[in-house]
Amino acid sequence: MFRIVSKKTLAQGTVIHMKIEAPQIARKARPGQFIILRVDEKGERIPLTMASTDPEDGTIDIIFQVVGKTTALLSTKDVGEYILDVVGPLGRPTHVENVGNVACVGGGTGIAVLYPIAKAYKDAGNRIISIIGARNKDLLILEKEMREISDEFYITTDDGSYGEKGFVTDVLRRVLDEKKDLKLVIGIGPVPMMKYLSFLTKEHGVKTIVSLNSIMVDGTGMCGACRVTVGGKTKFTCVDGPEFDGHEVDFSELEKRLSAYVNEERLAMERFKCTCEK
Amino acid sequence: MEEKRRREKIPRQKMPEQDPKERIRNFLEVPLGYPPDVAKLEAERCLQCKKPPCIEGCPVEVDIPGFIKLIREGDFLSAAKKIKEKNALPAICGRVCPQEVQCESKCVLGKKDEPVAIGRLERFAADWERERGEVSIPEIKEKTGKKVAVVGSGPAGLTVAADLTVLGHDVTIFEALHKPGGVLVYGIPEFRLPKSIVEAEIKYLQALGVKIEVNSVIGKIRSVDELLNEYDAVFLGLGAGLPLFLNIPGENLCGIYSANEYLTRSNLMKAYLFPEYDTPISKGKRVAVIGAGNVAMDAARTAIRLGAEEVHIVYRRGKDEMPARKEEILHAEEEGIIFDLLTNPVRFIGDERGWVKEIECIRMELGEPDASGRRRPIPVKGSEFRMPFDLVIVALGTAANPLLTQTTPGLVLNERGYIVADPETGKTKKEKVWAGGDIVTGAATVILAMGAGRKAARSIDEYLRTGKW
Ligand SMILES: Cc1cc2nc3c(=O)[nH]c(=O)nc-3n(C[C@H](O)[C@H](O)[C@H](O)COP(=O)(O)OP(=O)(O)OC[C@H]3O[C@@H](n4cnc5c(N)ncnc54)[C@H](O)[C@@H]3O)c2cc1C
Ligand code: SF4
Ligand code: FES
Repeated sequence: MFRIVSKKTLAQGTVIHMKIEAPQIARKARPGQFIILRVDEKGERIPLTMASTDPEDGTIDIIFQVVGKTTALLSTKDVGEYILDVVGPLGRPTHVENVGNVACVGGGTGIAVLYPIAKAYKDAGNRIISIIGARNKDLLILEKEMREISDEFYITTDDGSYGEKGFVTDVLRRVLDEKKDLKLVIGIGPVPMMKYLSFLTKEHGVKTIVSLNSIMVDGTGMCGACRVTVGGKTKFTCVDGPEFDGHEVDFSELEKRLSAYVNEERLAMERFKCTCEK
Repeated sequence: MEEKRRREKIPRQKMPEQDPKERIRNFLEVPLGYPPDVAKLEAERCLQCKKPPCIEGCPVEVDIPGFIKLIREGDFLSAAKKIKEKNALPAICGRVCPQEVQCESKCVLGKKDEPVAIGRLERFAADWERERGEVSIPEIKEKTGKKVAVVGSGPAGLTVAADLTVLGHDVTIFEALHKPGGVLVYGIPEFRLPKSIVEAEIKYLQALGVKIEVNSVIGKIRSVDELLNEYDAVFLGLGAGLPLFLNIPGENLCGIYSANEYLTRSNLMKAYLFPEYDTPISKGKRVAVIGAGNVAMDAARTAIRLGAEEVHIVYRRGKDEMPARKEEILHAEEEGIIFDLLTNPVRFIGDERGWVKEIECIRMELGEPDASGRRRPIPVKGSEFRMPFDLVIVALGTAANPLLTQTTPGLVLNERGYIVADPETGKTKKEKVWAGGDIVTGAATVILAMGAGRKAARSIDEYLRTGKW
C-alpha cells in the first residue's frame, strides 16, 4: 500500500500531480525510469514515468492526464488514501553525458517525462534549449520548472493562446535551421509529435532520443506486450527502453499497438462514469 | 488369494469431469476430484509393494504406498500429512504433475493393467485436508537468528522458504509481481489450478512465518549484493520468464500475443472477467495458437472459454511429437480445438488498422530425428498457404530473463543465459547465493522446481549452521 501525500491539479483539472510515499523506489530511481501501478484489487497495471523523486522524504512524483478508466479512478484518490501496488523503478535510466547543446522538446504530458531528463542533462553541464508546447495555455504544465533549467526557452500552443502559435516541431525546425550546433535532441510527447520530430532531426543529422509509452503488463520483460520495432529489431520497451534512438523507431507500428484496446477502454470508461454518477 | 483377486478386478477409477459442452463456457476446474468412496476403491488397487518402484519415479520421494494405505483405511487426514512430509504443495502437484511420466509410469500395475491413479489420490487427500480447514502447522525449530532472502515466489522459492522457516531461519520472499505464486498464479489457468488453492498454500506459508514482499523487482529496487548486506543467504528462483517469438515478419501486429502475456492477462489480471476487472484481453473469433506444449494447450483452452468460434493449434511437427501431456491434448480435443499439424507459420499478414488477419504457413514433413530425438520437420517447397485468424498466441516456450542475472556480478551463466548451479546443492558460483527451478534447468515442471528448492534449503541450512560455503 502506497500513501498519497499530496495532490495538485494542473491544466484545468485534466492533469494531476501526485506525490506518493515509496521510500525504496525514491532512493533507487534515476531520471528516465518509470513505475507500474495498480490502483485497487480489480485494477489494471499501468506504467507512469516519475517526474521527480525525493529520496530524503521517501516520495516519488507522478503526473498523469485523465485519459481512461484507470487514470480517472486514480484521479478520484485523495491525499491520505492509498494506491494498492507500485512497482519500480523500471526501465533503463537515461544515459546522461556532457555533449554541449541539447534541445529538450516536450508536448502535453510528455513534458512531465521530459523534465527530470532535461534536468539531469543540465546538471551534467549541457546547454539546454527547451521547447515545450500544449494545445492551449491552460494545458501547459511544468512551465516554471522547465524555464528554471533552460538556457533558451520556447513555448508553443496549437491555438496561439500562449507563446508562439503552432507546434513544438515548428520551433525545433527553426532551431535546427539556425545551425546552433545541436548535439542532441530529446523529444517526448504524443507519438505523432515524436514521429515528425525524429523525421526532422534525421534530415539534419542530429542524434535524437525519444521515450516511448507502450502498453505494458509486468514491466520486467516477461510478457512482450510492450514490444516495439527499433532498427528493424524487436525490443521490449520496459527493459530495453523506454528511451530509444528516434531515428530507428517504427512509430507507425507503435501508434497502432497503442490503439489495440480502444473499444475496451471506451467501454470501461463508460461503465466507470455510470458508477460515479450513481 | 481371494482378496488379491478381488483387488485385481477393480478397474482404475475414472475422474469425474465437467462436461466439455458445459465447461467451454466457464473457467471452473475441469476434473472434479474423487468422492471418498471412489478414492478408497482406487486405493484398494495398490499392491503395497515391498520395494515400491513408484517412489523412484517421484522427484521428491513421497511415500506413495504409505499414503495410499492411509486412504484405504479411511484416515484421509493422516494421508495428507504423510504426503506433506515430502511435498509441501500436494493439492497443486496432484493437479499439475505429469504423473504419467513420473510415479505412475513406474507403478507395477502399469505393466499389465493401468497404474494406480497416484496423482488423483494425492489431490484427494490434500483437498480433504484443506476443505476441512484441518491444515496442521509443523513444529518450528528454535530460531537461529539467520536471515534468508528468496527471490521469486514460484514453486522453487515457496519450497525453499517453507523448508528454511521450519528449520528456524527467518525468511523473506521478494516477488516482482503484485501476487505471489509465480507460474502457478500468472500462467496456469483457473480451470486447471484454481487460484484459491494457490492462495491457501501461500497463507499456510505466511502462517509458518514466511514474509512476502510483493512489487519487488530484485535487480531494480535492490541488487543481489545489497540483499547480501542484509541477509545471510540468497536463493534465486526466478523462473524462465522471457517469452520466445518466431521472429518472422508481421509478428508485432495487434492481435498477436505471447502466451505469457495472454495467460497473464487472463489469470493474474483476471481479464476473463473484464469489464468487472479493468484489464482488457482481445477475445478473437478465429484464434491460432502456435506450438503444442502444455502452455499452448492452456492458451487454446482459455481462448475457447473467452468465446472464440474456432481455435487452432498450429504445430510444425506431427501428433506424436507434441510435447504437451496426453491428458491436456485429450482435454483440448474434447473442447473442440482443431489441430493443424505439420504446419509452420512463415509470416503474419495484417489489415489496414495493423491487426493480424491471416497467417501464411508452409507444410512440413518429418525427416531424420534431431538432437531432441524427435523427427526433424522439413518445409515442403512451394506448399505455402494462408489461413484467416484475428488472434494469434505464440506459445513457443520461454528463456532466461536477463534482468537480474546481468546485473549481478559473480554469477556464472551458461551459454543460454541460465544460472550455473550445483544440481545437488543449488550452490551458484557466487558465494552465499543459491539458485533452483526453471532459472537453472530451463522451463521444466512444478515438482522439479520444488525438488531443487528442497535440495537448496538443505544446503543453505547446512551453511547457516556451519558457516562453511
Ligand atoms: C502456462 C504454463 C503451464 C504450465 N503447466 C505445468 C503443469 O501442468 N505441470 C507442471 O509441472 N509444470 C507446468 N508448467 C511449468 C512450471 O510452472 C514451471 O516449471 C515452474 O513454475 C517453475 O518454478 P520456478 O519456481 O522455477 O519459477 P516460476 O514459477 O516461474 O516463478 C518465478 C517467480 O520469480 C519472479 N521473479 C523473476 N525475476 C524476479 C526478480 N528479478 N525479482 C523478483 N522476483 C522475480 C517471477 O515474477 C515469478 O513469480 C507450466 C508453465 C506454464 C508457463
Ligand atoms: S508401484 Fe503401484 S502398486 Fe506398487 S506401491 Fe506404488 S502405487 Fe502401489
Ligand atoms: S511489459 Fe511485459 S515485457 Fe514489457
